[in-house]
Amino acid sequence: MKKLISLFKQKRNLLSVYFTAGFPELNSTVPILKALEEGGADFVEIGMPYSDPLADGPVIQNSSSRALTNGMSLKVLFEQLKDIKQQVSIPLILMGYLNPVLKFGFNAFIERCKETGISGLIIPDLPYETYIEKYEPVFARNKISNIFLITPQTPKQRILNLDQASTSFLYMVSSAAVTGTRQGLSKRQIKYFKRINSMKLSTPRMVGFGISNHETFKEVCQYAHGAIVGSAFIKHLENYGHDQEAIINFVKNLKTGEQTDI
Amino acid sequence: MSTSFHPDKKGFYGPFGGAYIPEMLIPNIESLKKKYLKILNSDTFRKSFKTLLEDYAGRPTPLYYATRLSEHYGCNIWLKREDLAHTGSHKINNTIGQILLAREMGKKRIIAETGAGQHGVATATVCALMGLKCVVYMGETDIERQAPNVARMKMLGAEVKTAISGSRTLKDATNEALRDWIANPLNTYYLIGSVVGPHPYPDLVARLQSVISGEIQWQLRNKTGKAEPDYVVACVGGGSNAAGSFYHYLSTPEVKLIGAEASGQGLTSGKTAASIALGETGVIHGSMTYLMQTDDGQITEPYSISAGLDYPGIGPLHAWLNQTGRARYLSVTDQEALDAALLITRKEGIIPALESAHALAALDQLELKSEQNVVVTISGRGDKDMKAYMEKLKLL
Ligand SMILES: Cc1ncc(COP(=O)(O)O)c(C=O)c1O
Repeated sequence: MKKLISLFKQKRNLLSVYFTAGFPELNSTVPILKALEEGGADFVEIGMPYSDPLADGPVIQNSSSRALTNGMSLKVLFEQLKDIKQQVSIPLILMGYLNPVLKFGFNAFIERCKETGISGLIIPDLPYETYIEKYEPVFARNKISNIFLITPQTPKQRILNLDQASTSFLYMVSSAAVTGTRQGLSKRQIKYFKRINSMKLSTPRMVGFGISNHETFKEVCQYAHGAIVGSAFIKHLENYGHDQEAIINFVKNLKTGEQTDI
Repeated sequence: MSTSFHPDKKGFYGPFGGAYIPEMLIPNIESLKKKYLKILNSDTFRKSFKTLLEDYAGRPTPLYYATRLSEHYGCNIWLKREDLAHTGSHKINNTIGQILLAREMGKKRIIAETGAGQHGVATATVCALMGLKCVVYMGETDIERQAPNVARMKMLGAEVKTAISGSRTLKDATNEALRDWIANPLNTYYLIGSVVGPHPYPDLVARLQSVISGEIQWQLRNKTGKAEPDYVVACVGGGSNAAGSFYHYLSTPEVKLIGAEASGQGLTSGKTAASIALGETGVIHGSMTYLMQTDDGQITEPYSISAGLDYPGIGPLHAWLNQTGRARYLSVTDQEALDAALLITRKEGIIPALESAHALAALDQLELKSEQNVVVTISGRGDKDMKAYMEKLKLL
């Protein structure tokens, strides 16, 4: 968690990349992580594939079911990430749904995260209320940050509560939608970003859902601490596999807009 | 203190229920939670609901004394004829109630999931009635096996969207409906079809379906002098017709409550939908309940000959009734259901839905005595299942 907090203190225009563990191949998790770091990703969200990812659009759904077919599970993932602390130094976040975590054992899961060096968790179907009531102490004890989502529909008071409870950053869902790639930003989205900005929250925000190219990334960075790219990267992996060079170029292009031929 | 069978403020029945939903759905669920009881208890709602149930859906449905079936089982069998309700199943009770609620909440677009297509048809029906736009999600597999219901929905003006994710059945249609709601949070109402999903849906749907047990009480009193039967038996997919059949008897322990779930080709066959017999606790569609899952917590693909029972979870109320022992849940195989369907058809001239045939088949597992009154809910009629009956009973 410390790593993540100091990253937000030191840098702006952060780029975080999401990918599904076990996709395109069971053992592509670690090579992808290394390439993302080398390409310049500031931190990474590793998706824990689930059979019923209800906040995800077709691209991530498809990568999840492929990953499950490949044999990915939490046990396999933790095994793959056993030595990741020695291999990758950017902060790592796990993102996935509640049921596999409950099945693994919530406390056991958080402890494994700590051992592995995971900084934070995004569990969309673990609501704020349940977190406060049941799980906050185990997150705190293991120094894992629970990352909350806010959306254009989240009421003001709730945003303030989430901001209070937040220990690293808030994940600002860019529009009312599931994950997926979209073109550019609408006026309405910009109004929403500005509205949140004017609330002077104490936690930094990352914008996610629908960010797919350098232009949108740059634009979003005017209103938030950075942005998260998911489906666009999954599409890249679908098209080019987990080729190191191609991933490095993909990330560089997102951050700088410079095109490198592959 | 006696056990409560109603959810607490947060929507929990003991450890089950709650609302495990992503932040995107919170505003909609909160607004529903705030309004549903107020609207359901209002005079306007009660009056419209009652009128539509009576004049439009054809309620009360008969409580029929099944003479030849009673002889066969050596006890008094009463059939609660939800198959005679408009659109052919109990699903219409819920959709009439929820469409009134949606209208009251100012929603213009209705979405729903469907398995057998009965809930989809019942939703498309009330949307036509109210002039509201209707989108029904249905798994690709179910679209194939329930073609007549797909045509009915289309004729009623609904758009039927194919769910092609996962196992392409009811659970995936539910995921798609939830995704649609995430993307359309303002104008859209999610009209869920059973006592499943995040709080307050399980409570909302149970209340709307409780018209079934409300009627059984007075009908049985009129016919036998006593409102309480010895048994109430109903099939359980998500559990709405069972919840509605049990509702007024929940705190009357002398009435034994029996749920029949589908064990498909058998509990150990790997092709089953027996969420209670096999399930472990977990979260599905926003609710903590019993569900069928792998050792890694992935939800497994259920199987039953009956598309309406083909759901890997169970409403949280039923998980609680099972845990407290208030209700007993029996497993019924495809073959047992087919045998029971043929039996009631030949003995009473009633072709039941395959789902309802599971409730009838459960009678074979009970020790019934001659003086006992047993109410079996016939949740729907068999028209939609004729293809399966033709194949399995070799009728061609
Ligand atoms: C006739 C009939 N009975 C039962 C069911 C199962 O649903 P529930 O358990 O919610 O009553 C269905 C679902 O489609 C149905 O069509």
